[in-house]
Amino acid sequence: MSGISRRGLLKTGVAAGVLGLSGMPLRAQSRGGKFTAGLSGANTSDSWDGRTHSDVFMISAALGGVFDALTEVAADGSLQGELATSWEASPDAKVWTFNLRQGVTFHNGKAFGADDVIESLQLHVAEGSKSAAQPLVAAITEMRKITDHQVQFTLEAGNADFPYLLSDYHLLMYPAGQIEEAIAQGIGTGLYEVVAFDPGVRFVGRRVADHYKGDSAGFFDEVELIAINDNTARMNALLTGQIDAVNRIDFRLEPLLRANPNVSIQEVTGNQHYTFPMLTQTAPFNDVNVRRALKYGVDRQDMVDKILLGHGKVGNDSPIGPANQYYHAEMEQLEYDPDRAKFHLQQAGLDSLNIDLSASNAAFEGAVDAAQLYQASAAPAGININVIQEPADGYWSNVWLVKPFSASYWTGRSTEDWMFSSAYETGVPWNDSQWDNARFQELLYSARAELDTDKRREQYYEMQQILRDDGGVIIPMFANFVQAISSRVVTPDVVGNTAQMDNNRMLERWSLA
Amino acid sequence: MGNVLTIILQRLALGFLTLLVVSGVIFVAVNLLPGDFAQSILGQGATPEAVASIRRDLGLDQPMVSRYFTWLGGALQGDFGSSFAQASFANFTGSESGAGSVAQQIAPRFANTMFLAAVSAAIAVPFAIVLGVLAALYRNSIFDRATNIFTLSSISSPEFFLAYVLILFLAVLNPILPAVSNIFADMSFSERLEKTLLPALTLTLVVTAHMMRMTRAAIINLLSSPYIEMARLKGMSPLRVIVRHALPNALAPIINVVAINLAYLITGVVVVEVVFVYPGIGQLFVDSVKFRDIPVVQACCLIFAAAYILLNLTADIMSILSNPRLRHPK
Repeated sequence: MSGISRRGLLKTGVAAGVLGLSGMPLRAQSRGGKFTAGLSGANTSDSWDGRTHSDVFMISAALGGVFDALTEVAADGSLQGELATSWEASPDAKVWTFNLRQGVTFHNGKAFGADDVIESLQLHVAEGSKSAAQPLVAAITEMRKITDHQVQFTLEAGNADFPYLLSDYHLLMYPAGQIEEAIAQGIGTGLYEVVAFDPGVRFVGRRVADHYKGDSAGFFDEVELIAINDNTARMNALLTGQIDAVNRIDFRLEPLLRANPNVSIQEVTGNQHYTFPMLTQTAPFNDVNVRRALKYGVDRQDMVDKILLGHGKVGNDSPIGPANQYYHAEMEQLEYDPDRAKFHLQQAGLDSLNIDLSASNAAFEGAVDAAQLYQASAAPAGININVIQEPADGYWSNVWLVKPFSASYWTGRSTEDWMFSSAYETGVPWNDSQWDNARFQELLYSARAELDTDKRREQYYEMQQILRDDGGVIIPMFANFVQAISSRVVTPDVVGNTAQMDNNRMLERWSLA
Repeated sequence: MGNVLTIILQRLALGFLTLLVVSGVIFVAVNLLPGDFAQSILGQGATPEAVASIRRDLGLDQPMVSRYFTWLGGALQGDFGSSFAQASFANFTGSESGAGSVAQQIAPRFANTMFLAAVSAAIAVPFAIVLGVLAALYRNSIFDRATNIFTLSSISSPEFFLAYVLILFLAVLNPILPAVSNIFADMSFSERLEKTLLPALTLTLVVTAHMMRMTRAAIINLLSSPYIEMARLKGMSPLRVIVRHALPNALAPIINVVAINLAYLITGVVVVEVVFVYPGIGQLFVDSVKFRDIPVVQACCLIFAAAYILLNLTADIMSILSNPRLRHPK
């Protein structure tokens, strides 16, 4: 690797995942200083209630700063313990026993133990819970405290990914009996305790002096997150040195950022993907030949070039991306082929097809433009797409899951099962194509409880193929996470790619130069 | 003087009526927008059950008319309710203790906006009037034309554009002022002032033209009056003629324009606050509209409307007081 500086690599936009494979040694990180980041995705309704978290600001402040979860997805995608040290499953993956870390205290001095785990998870499991993570933990039928530092979960059906699910950013650990207070004031076991929190404005945290993570994480003395929803303002603040890092850069401003010697751009390809789901229970999308015609009628590379300005990769109608363990990278790529699209249309007994595509930039930035590109590329195949521009307000309630063909997006999930059971399992609320495939369903259940890695891989590969050939969701592109940092900041060589800002854990993993 | 008092009382009563109408209009308008609070806050995760459960908790399943009168009943007693966002979280934790009232939520934001308006006014009003007087004094000169072109082009540009131009020249190219105005409660006054300066300058550019042009026009209008000619014939200097003789008589229209612009400084800050990330009422307003948080939207709108009504009233009173003929009616 000699001759390539780390910064040079980042500047040329090489995915951090590649660096991980090269085995470069971790750079020593020094403690101290104040780190300030400007993030989008904050608003006045923010709170320390993990059940409501959905965007990078609160997730970075809570999961990445003030609170901890039981497990943690490391930057390289592997699973490690956070408040749990180890775990063990019964052979059918139905009963899971977690050993908890000893000697951990909350910011108010209370010791952490099994009761805290059970009571915190109860927030999501409880009947009628409004938690966004409710479907994740719905399978838990029993939570039992074995000792003060050991908890046993019994699941409805076996799930080999259960420890992964517990790393979810909603599932924060609160002190038992004081949850209300902890949510009001932000009392967790995390590396930083709350100094100031003004919803939709800012969060300031101070490093806990004596933390169980010791010197391995949490390198700043003080951290501040500033809510900057306006793209240009965020870039300006970074360029003028007021802040040290920003999320989601505006691609049009990229040359300006690159021209500034004090700023570098960080880019990772993860699982975030943009989609066009069609309701497969509705004509004409109930005919698999129509779906195939649509799959060959979209010019994916063109969309990556024009909508993402190259910051992404083409999709293959499977939601499993490079940040997943069982990503089928060798699967044959769906190419743009109007003749083949026409052929499939004829198979469906049609000469031409007239359909409406509902899109709004609420789905993803550039969705309306992408729909228009789709319109242009599908026309030669005899598919006439009528693009309907929908209002951004109420898009997720009035258009998505309602209109037969619409635009959407997914941030992706760190495990295959999690992704599939969110959006492709028969009958789940977010199955946005109303897709129902018996073989897929069968594989989903068997792979979920499968503890053997090779068998599991085989099953997940087959599922990705079924989705590509039969699925009702067009996934033309995977969008990179693109963020920028100032030269004051040192990041590890491998930066997480399952979410923005090092999997929302920059406060924990980054340091000052 | 009793005359003035009657006017004030009359106008206050009318103002109250206006606020009532405004609240009704806003309520209907926000309800006409697609989507409601439950759908907006849940976003992509809006399952029918979760939407129904939040609606039930917040009373959004009640008919619109009855919701309006429930709100109005509270508002008349000085209780503007709880913001939906906060109330919804209180329900999450199963208690009412965490619920902040709208008043509590708005107060610090409103104070910030008033601070920005005060700083802007302190710069803009003297600046505009001095410019106007000078433009009247040197009318049709190069200076007059340059001033007109400058102020008119700044009022004609969208606010965000002015903001970005100022950021470019004063923050990026010449790092004099911070590009982001993230002020907070326990900040020292000087630091707060420094962070507020860029948005204040932007607002100054927006409101100057109106006030400056009115000052200039009002003074020039008077310059053809016989008493001004008399003053000139006495041999007074042009500056003295304008400042001593013309300006006092031009005050009424100038005060009116200043008042309208002050109201604008309070109500028109939405875009500027968003661009500079200034935590004022404008940002709160944008957030609340986005989430259809009706109690907060209502309260913000009432504050905006009240600012207009009160400042207009002040303007009228001031013009009466500045005019001896109106002050002492026959």
